[in-house]
Amino acid sequence: MSLPKSLVVFSGICALACAAAVSAAQTKSVAVTAIVEHPALDAVRDGVQEGLRAAGFEPGKNLKWQYQSAQGNVGTAAQIARKFVGDRPDAIVAIATPSAQAVVAATKDVPVVYSAVTDPVAAQLVPGWGPSGTNVTGVSDLLALDRQLELIRRIVPNARRVGMVYNPGEANSVVVVRQLQELLGKAGMTLVEAAAPRTVDVGSAARSLIGKVDVIYTNTDNNVVSAYEALVKVGNDAKIPLVAADTDSVTRGAIAALGINYRDLGVQTGKLVARILKGEKPGTIASETSSKLELFVNPEAARKQGVTLPPDLVKSAARVVK
Amino acid sequence: MSLFSLFGALEVGLIFSLVALGVLISFRILRFPDLTVDGSFPLGGAVAATLISGGMDPFAATLAATAAGALAGLATGLLNVKLRIMDLLASILMMIALYSVNLRIMGRPNVPLITEPTIFTVLQPAAVGDYIMRPVVLAGIVLAAKLLLDWFLSTQAGLAMRSAGSNPRMARAQGVNTGRMVLGGMALSNALVGLAGALFAQTQGGADISMGVGTIVIGLAAVIVGESILPSRKLVWATLAVVIGAVVYRFFVAVALNSEFIGLQAQDLNLVTAVLVTIALVLPMIRRRFARKS
Repeated sequence: MSLPKSLVVFSGICALACAAAVSAAQTKSVAVTAIVEHPALDAVRDGVQEGLRAAGFEPGKNLKWQYQSAQGNVGTAAQIARKFVGDRPDAIVAIATPSAQAVVAATKDVPVVYSAVTDPVAAQLVPGWGPSGTNVTGVSDLLALDRQLELIRRIVPNARRVGMVYNPGEANSVVVVRQLQELLGKAGMTLVEAAAPRTVDVGSAARSLIGKVDVIYTNTDNNVVSAYEALVKVGNDAKIPLVAADTDSVTRGAIAALGINYRDLGVQTGKLVARILKGEKPGTIASETSSKLELFVNPEAARKQGVTLPPDLVKSAARVVK
Repeated sequence: MSLFSLFGALEVGLIFSLVALGVLISFRILRFPDLTVDGSFPLGGAVAATLISGGMDPFAATLAATAAGALAGLATGLLNVKLRIMDLLASILMMIALYSVNLRIMGRPNVPLITEPTIFTVLQPAAVGDYIMRPVVLAGIVLAAKLLLDWFLSTQAGLAMRSAGSNPRMARAQGVNTGRMVLGGMALSNALVGLAGALFAQTQGGADISMGVGTIVIGLAAVIVGESILPSRKLVWATLAVVIGAVVYRFFVAVALNSEFIGLQAQDLNLVTAVLVTIALVLPMIRRRFARKS
């Protein structure tokens, strides 16, 4: 290679390197992990990206985005946490409790934003709901249960006994059961539990409630949501009204649900991440809960399960399933 | 690949090497296809996490978790030996039962240890990074477990246990109580797995009811990868081989996690791991073929 030619090549490499250095100075990086692929968790992930985009962080342009799923394996979740900490991104987003715990256990300095964790305080991710003072903040998918109870009472005004089908192995569901027990107790009502440790147990758990309850309420329990049709069959056959917390369940045969839109939860998380990318310290940001709840109603399901929906409730719904 | 990623793989690999040692005892030495592991791993985690968050010393809690694992293994053995339930079915029954037992122990599906003392925080010197110290502590524990196991299996009782697995009729003819050997071996195997679960919960911020899913698959993979890397009939080498196998397996997962540069995505992870393990299994065969030709 002649000297001038090599000079040209050399300066070209320099220019490229400089360009890379400049873009590196502007680029922020976010690493996202979830314990498993799941419609709600995937919606959160996509929402995070949307929220970041809305705040001016475009993946591939001025944002380095990486996503890893542990595919249900906790050992892999641990390794993903270590890899992310080693990559030193500007923020790590951890979706669902096991992933969030693995990441928080792995670092005390890289900013961590959890999402879709129902009780971050019980999971020891943050010391309290206020600003943590640590490297952790996030968005919880805790539903204010008083509003859920209000919905139950509007649909079945004389309900005394509320049935609930859930997986005792799911942390989020157990939190809801304990809080609901307390809340119903104060309202002079009782909670009747039916455990469904596996998806196939949902139908038999629901049948065990026949004759013992006036209404069946379910939270976003993974087992229940995946086998909701089994619950609908029992509800329709035994004329027990079904109230859900997962809005999609309404299209599958529940009467109504006042629920979180997980994509919106992700967007809210993404906006929080953007604040950290812009320089805010995670320790100064309080944990958030979902700001937006959506009401879905299904009048046809109400008829099948023997109740009539108040017209103003139908009017206030975000979506009326036909 | 970053140092964190590397040490993370080493850490998780060393923990699962205890599972692999347990699987070596049940599957290889006793020839008992034992799936109890999927329940005794979270059992160890559950006992350790619950006791530690209840204020118990982490070392005592880890010992208690090991003992709990031994009890689970003993129960599987009893189902098989005393109640004559087929080995595989006995272990499946125990695995299912342990799910409920673990929930009972924890009282909820997830017991966090993020702000609690663990054996790793107690032993942590200020000068060294915790991501280095954890593998060091674990290496010590694994080495101790391997040497103790080597020693035990060369004693009179250990030899009797091995004979009970490889040729039960001959063993009985020599006056070995094979039933008792199965009980002891299963207890030992699951004690190691319970210990692994306790250590895992203490490094990963807590115990979760879902942490047992697929433990047996990873344990078996570690045993087989180890055997193909370091094939030997000698027991001392066999125990070393499964430890290496477990670490190598985790190293493959780390490589797979860092493979986005060749266009692989998150959902390809398990496939990449499977391909890497396949390569590790096939390599010795290819090497032998080449050696024969030349």
